[in-house]
Amino acid sequence: MTNAWTDIKNTDLVVVMGGNAAEAHPCGFKWVTEAKAHRGAKLIVVDPRYTRTASVSDYYAPIRQGTDIAFLNGVMKYCIDNGKVQWEYMKAFTNASYIVKDGFAYKDGLFTGYDPEKRDYDKSSWDYVLGEDGFVTTDPTLAHPRCVWNLLKDHLAPYTPEMVERICGTPKEKFLKVAEMISECSTPTKTMTSMYALGWTQHSSGSQNIRAMAMLQLILGNIGVRGGGMNALRGHSNIQGLTDLGLMSHLLTGYLTMPSEKDETFETYMSTRLFKPLRPGQTSYWQNYKKFMVSFQKAMWGDFARADNDWAFNYLSKLDVPSYDVLRMFELMYDGKVNGYICQGFNPILAFPNRDKNTKALSNLKWLVTMDPLETETARFWENHGDFNPVDTAAIQTEVFQLPTTCFAEEEGSLTNSGRWLQWHWAGGTPPGEAKHDTWIIAQIFLRLRDLYRKEGGAFPDPVVNLSWDYADPNEPTPEELAKEINGRALTDLMDPADPTKMLVPAGKQVLNFSQLRDDGSTMSGCWIYSGCFNEQGNNMARRDNHDPDETGAYLGWTFAWPLNRRTLYNRASCDLQGKAWDPTRKIIEWDGTKWSGYDVPDIAPNAKPEDVGPFIMNQEGTARLFTRGLMRDGPFPAHMEPFESPVANVFNPKMRGNPVARVFQTDAAQLGQSDEFPYAATSYRLTEHFHFWTKHNRVNAALQPEFFVEISEELASEKGIEKGGWVRVWSKRGSVKAKALVTKRIRPLICDGKTVHVVGIPLHWGFTGAAKKGFGPNSLVPFVGDANIETPESKAFLVNIEPTTPPQEGIA
Amino acid sequence: MMDSPRTAVSNPPVQPMETNLTPRDLVRRSATAELPPPERQLTPVAKLIDVSKCIGCKACQSACVEWNDTHPEIEENVGVYDNPHDLTENMFTLMRFTEWINPENDNLEWLIRKDGCMHCADPGCLKACPAPGAIVQYSNGIVDFIHENCIGCGYCVKGCPFNIPRISKVDHRAYKCTLCSDRVAVGQGPACAKACPTQAIVFGTKEDMKSHAEERITDLKSRGYENAGLYDPPGVGGTHVMYVLHHADKPHIYANLPDDPKISGIVQAWKGVTKYVGLAAMGVAAAGAVLHGIFGKANKVQPEDEENAEKLVDAAEGRKEDA
Amino acid sequence: MNVDLSRRSFLKLAGAGVAATSLGAMGFGEAEAAEAAHVRPFKLTTTTETRNTCPYCSVACGIIIYSKGDLRKGETADIVHIEGDVDHPTNRGTLCPKGAALKDFVKSPTRLQYPMHRKPGADKFERISWDEALDGIARRMKDDRDANFVAANAKGIAVNRWSTVGMLAASATTNETAWATFKFAKSLGMVGFDNQARV
Repeated sequence: MTNAWTDIKNTDLVVVMGGNAAEAHPCGFKWVTEAKAHRGAKLIVVDPRYTRTASVSDYYAPIRQGTDIAFLNGVMKYCIDNGKVQWEYMKAFTNASYIVKDGFAYKDGLFTGYDPEKRDYDKSSWDYVLGEDGFVTTDPTLAHPRCVWNLLKDHLAPYTPEMVERICGTPKEKFLKVAEMISECSTPTKTMTSMYALGWTQHSSGSQNIRAMAMLQLILGNIGVRGGGMNALRGHSNIQGLTDLGLMSHLLTGYLTMPSEKDETFETYMSTRLFKPLRPGQTSYWQNYKKFMVSFQKAMWGDFARADNDWAFNYLSKLDVPSYDVLRMFELMYDGKVNGYICQGFNPILAFPNRDKNTKALSNLKWLVTMDPLETETARFWENHGDFNPVDTAAIQTEVFQLPTTCFAEEEGSLTNSGRWLQWHWAGGTPPGEAKHDTWIIAQIFLRLRDLYRKEGGAFPDPVVNLSWDYADPNEPTPEELAKEINGRALTDLMDPADPTKMLVPAGKQVLNFSQLRDDGSTMSGCWIYSGCFNEQGNNMARRDNHDPDETGAYLGWTFAWPLNRRTLYNRASCDLQGKAWDPTRKIIEWDGTKWSGYDVPDIAPNAKPEDVGPFIMNQEGTARLFTRGLMRDGPFPAHMEPFESPVANVFNPKMRGNPVARVFQTDAAQLGQSDEFPYAATSYRLTEHFHFWTKHNRVNAALQPEFFVEISEELASEKGIEKGGWVRVWSKRGSVKAKALVTKRIRPLICDGKTVHVVGIPLHWGFTGAAKKGFGPNSLVPFVGDANIETPESKAFLVNIEPTTPPQEGIA
Repeated sequence: MMDSPRTAVSNPPVQPMETNLTPRDLVRRSATAELPPPERQLTPVAKLIDVSKCIGCKACQSACVEWNDTHPEIEENVGVYDNPHDLTENMFTLMRFTEWINPENDNLEWLIRKDGCMHCADPGCLKACPAPGAIVQYSNGIVDFIHENCIGCGYCVKGCPFNIPRISKVDHRAYKCTLCSDRVAVGQGPACAKACPTQAIVFGTKEDMKSHAEERITDLKSRGYENAGLYDPPGVGGTHVMYVLHHADKPHIYANLPDDPKISGIVQAWKGVTKYVGLAAMGVAAAGAVLHGIFGKANKVQPEDEENAEKLVDAAEGRKEDA
Repeated sequence: MNVDLSRRSFLKLAGAGVAATSLGAMGFGEAEAAEAAHVRPFKLTTTTETRNTCPYCSVACGIIIYSKGDLRKGETADIVHIEGDVDHPTNRGTLCPKGAALKDFVKSPTRLQYPMHRKPGADKFERISWDEALDGIARRMKDDRDANFVAANAKGIAVNRWSTVGMLAASATTNETAWATFKFAKSLGMVGFDNQARV
C-alpha cells in the first residue's frame, strides 16, 4: 500500500476492483465505511460477482475476469477525452512530456520487437530519446507526436465504451457510470483510492492490471495524497515483511536484487544497479545502492566480507534464469530434478496451480520437511482420502519430516502489515506439546550443517561456516537480537562527513537509520529499508502512542513504518509545484520556503526545493512513468490480453493466446483447455469466514462456512439442471472436483463479443484435514501458468465445465 | 453507582469488579406476581444494527460463540450462506442473507440481517414463561434467561414474535442472546458489537443509539434510500436491539423480519396470575422434572402439550390448596 | 412443599454450584454469589493480558490475549480468550470472523505437538525425537548439497547454486524469524527459495 489502512477514511471515492476488501480484509474495510459515513464517500465495486463488498457499494458493475486492463484503459480514455485530468500534476509529476524513440509502436495486440520463438520482446525501441547531455528530451507543451502523452492517447484510442462492453461484458451504461464517477476525482480537492488484491495479481497479465490503475491514478493526481494511492491489500500477516526481507528467489533484502550470471564481478553487478538520474537535478535514490549492498554483505558475513574480497560477493548465488520461483521449482520437481524440499508454514498442495502435477512433483522428492503449527494437506500428501486425495500411498517413496511449530500467540517479534507498519507483538501462551519456534528450528538445522561442514568439509563451505551467527545463545537467536541486526549498527566509529571531528555513531552502536549506512564496510544492516526499526532509541516497532494530531490518520507514534517511519509514500506529490498542498484540507506535508514538514515524514530530502526535485525519488526520472520503457516484459503500456484459458478470442488478435511473453512449460501447454470443451469462465477466491487453509481447523469458522461449494447463476443452473445445494462436478483440463452448488442471483451471465459467458465461482478453503467437511481447492483446476513479470499463477481466470453429480466418496478410491 | 455502559468500544477489565446486574435490578420476572420495584433505574441500553453498513462477515457470530463458549455444529452446505442454518441453542445470533431485486430499478440488493433476540421492552417470551424466574428483565432493558430456573417447556418460543429462543437437546433448557449481560454488568458492551468490523453493530444507551440511527438514516436518504428508517417496533413496546433498514417501509424483505410484531393473542390469553402461583407453589425442581418429561423431547409446544400443561397447573393449584 | 423457597436452596436445587464457586473465587461472599449468579460470572477476571497481532491478513489487527498464568513470571500460560484491542489505530478493537475465533485456532485439535516421520511408502506418521528429526534433516541437506552444488558455470565464473533442494518460507512468521531463515537459505546457495508473495 502506498497509504495506510487508517488513511482510507480521507477518501472521496473507493474503487474496489481486483479485490473483495469487505470479505478478505473486513477490519481494514472499516475505513471505507468510515469514509462513507463521515465524508460522504462513494464506493464502486467492479467484479464478476456481486460480492459482500458490492452489497454495501454505491455502484456495482460486472466484469468478465481477466479483462480489467480493457476496462481501465477505457476509463483512462474517458477521462482524457473529457478533460478530466489533473493537468498540473500529470504534466509535472509524470513522464508524459518525455519523447519516445521512433521505432516504438503497437499493432495487432503486440508491441514492437516481438519474437514468437523466444516468446519475448526485443525492447530496445521501448525507450526515451536522450539528448547530448544524457538526459531525456522532453516537450512540456505535450505537442510532440512522439511524447508519452500522445502515444498514450493513441494507445487508448480503441478502448471505447463499446469496446469495453464487447471485451468485458460490462453493459455500456454501467461502464460509463463508473467512468464518470471516477473522472470526478481529477480535481485537486477530490481523491480516489484503489483497493486491490489477488483479483488483479493472479493473472498472466497481473502486473499490467495494476499498472493500468496506477496510471489512471497518476492522471487524476491521486498518488501521494491523503485518501488516494495504490493500495495492494496483501493477503497474509507478514507477506509484506517476507518480500521486504527478500525471501524470494530473485531478491536480496530491501529490494536489492540477486546477481545473475551476467554479473560476473561485484563491479559489473554494481554498474547495472547504480542508476543515474535521467533528468537534471533528480535524486534517483538507488545511487545509494552500494551503501545498502555492502552493509547487507557485512550483516551476512561480518569480517569475512571485506573490500579486498569484493565484500564476499562470491558467497552469493548467481542466477542462470530470471528466478527459481515456485512454479519453476515445482516444474523441476515434476521432472525429478529436485530431491529435498522444506515447506515452512506453507501448503502448496492446496495453494499451487494444478494439484495433480504438484502431487506428482512431491512424490518425486526423496524427502520433504514441513514446519507448521497445524496439520497440512502437504505434510500428508501421501495419505489416501478417497476422492479427496486419491493417491497410491505405498507407491510414494517420499520421506516426510513433520515439525510442529509455535503460532503467533506463543512467539514474539514483528510483522509488517499491508501499510508497511512493523508491529511488535508479545507471546501470550505456552506452546502445545513439543512445538518449537521457527527460529529455534532453523538455528538447529543451521548449527548442525555448520558442524558437518567444519568436520567433514564439502561443497563450498565458506558462506555457511562464515555466516555471521554471533547470538548470545546460538541455539535460539532472540527476536531483539535479530531485529537489531536488521536495523544495523556501526562497525567502526562513524564520523560526520561534513565535520570529521564530530562522531555520529560510535562503533558497536545501532545506526539511526539507513542514512548512516556506508559503502566502506564501516556499517552493517540486514535490510536497509527497515533501518530505523530498532536503533539506540529502542525498539521503535513496539511503540504504542496512538495519538493522531488533527486526525489525519498518520499515527506517527504507533510502531514503525518503513521507510523512515513514513506513512504515505510519494507524499511530496500531495503538494503543487510551489510546495503547497493541492487540497489544504488534506495537507500531509508542505514547503515553508526552507524545508518540508507536516504530519508525515516527507518523502523527499527535507531541504529539496519543490521546483527542482520531483516526487518520485526512486525513479531515475524523478517522475512517475506512464510509459515504463523496457522495465516490464509485456509492454510499456498496459494492453488488453486474454487469459490463457478464455471463453472468447482476443479482439485485437484472435490468434494470440494469453500473455504473449508469459512463460509456459511444455507439459503445461498441452494441458490448456479450449472453450468448446470447457465453456465456462471460472474464478477462485476467499470467503470472509475463512483464512486460507488454516481456519478449517477451527471449529468456529468451520461452523460458519462448513463445506466446499461453487457459485453459479440461476441461468446456468437451469441450463445444466443443477439444484441449489445439490452436488456438482467441476472439471478442467487438469483436474476435477466435487462441490455443493450455490445458485445465486449475484452471478449473472455476461455477453462478451456476442457470446454468453457463464461465470463459475470457486472458493478456496477446503481440504482433507481439519474440522470442516472434507473438500477440494480450486487449485485442482487452475492452469500452471504465471504472470509474465512475476510468475503469479493465473488462478483468477480459467475454463471449466460443470454437471450435476453424486457425492464424493471418502473411502480408499 | 456504575450505570449502563455507553459503548462497546473498550477493553474488558481483568481486575475483579462488582456486577451491576443483580436481582434488585429486575423490572420483570417470569411467573412472579409480586416483584418488588427496583431500587434504582439503570439507563436503558440498546444495540443498533445498521443493515446498510453490514458486510455479512459473521464476526458477530464468531465473537458470540467465543464469548459465550457455545459449540455450534458443523453442518452441511445446503446452497446458502446462512451457517449454521438457523439459530440454535449454540448459535445465539445469525446472519440471514436475502437476494432481493429492487422492483423500482431492477437492481440486485443483497440484504444481510443479523438475527437474534430483540430484547423487547414488552417481552413475549417472559410473559409466556410459566417457570418462576426463568426469564427476567432488567431495568436497562436486557431480557435474560436464567437457565437454572428454566423448565424447557418451550413457551418462550411460542411467546416470541421473532421466533428466537431455542431449546437445547442436551439439557432441555431455553437459550438465546443475553445481550452479553455478563459484559454489560461490568461496563462492557456485547461481544458482537465490540467485534463488528464496520461497526454496523453499535451499542450504548437507547437514546444515543436512536440519535446515531438518525445520522445514519440521513446519510442513507442522501444516497437515494428514501424509505430508510429505524426499526424499533411499537407492537412490543420498542426493542433494545434495533435496526437501521434502507427499506424500513418493508421490514419483511429482510429475511421475514416482522412488519408489525406483536405478542401472540394466545400467549396473552392463556396466562394468568393463578398459573404463576401454581407453578411457584409446586417448586421448580418438581415442575422441572415433570415438565421435562413432557416437553423435553419435542422442542415445540404442541396443542396437546398445552392441554397437559393446563392440567398440570390445575393439579399444582390443587396441591397448593392442600399445603 | 414450601412456597417460600429461599433463593439459596433454590439455586442448589437448580444445580448452580459451579457458578457460585467461581464467583466465590472472585471474592464474592456466598450470599452475594447467590444473587450475582443472575448474570454469568465475568470470565476474564484475574486473567493475564498480552498484546499481540492477528496472524491472518495484512490489516494486522491488534489483539489482546487473555491467559490463565503469566509467561513473564515464568508460569505456563493457558489462553482462555482473545479479543480485539481498542487501543489499536487500525481495528479499534474490532475483529473479523477469523480474528474473533483466534482462540480456537490456537486450541485447534489438529495443532501439531510432536515431530513426526513418514518412512518411504508408509501409510502413517510415527513420532520421533527432535534430535532424530534435526540430525536427519541436516544430514540429508549436507549430502545433497555436496552432491549437487554447482560451484561455477562453463566460463569458470563462481555461481554457487544449489537448486536440488528448495524452501518455501512462511508468510506468517515474524520479520526476525524471516531474517534468520533468509540467512540460513541464502548462505547455503539455495536458489529455489521463495514465499507466498507471488502465489
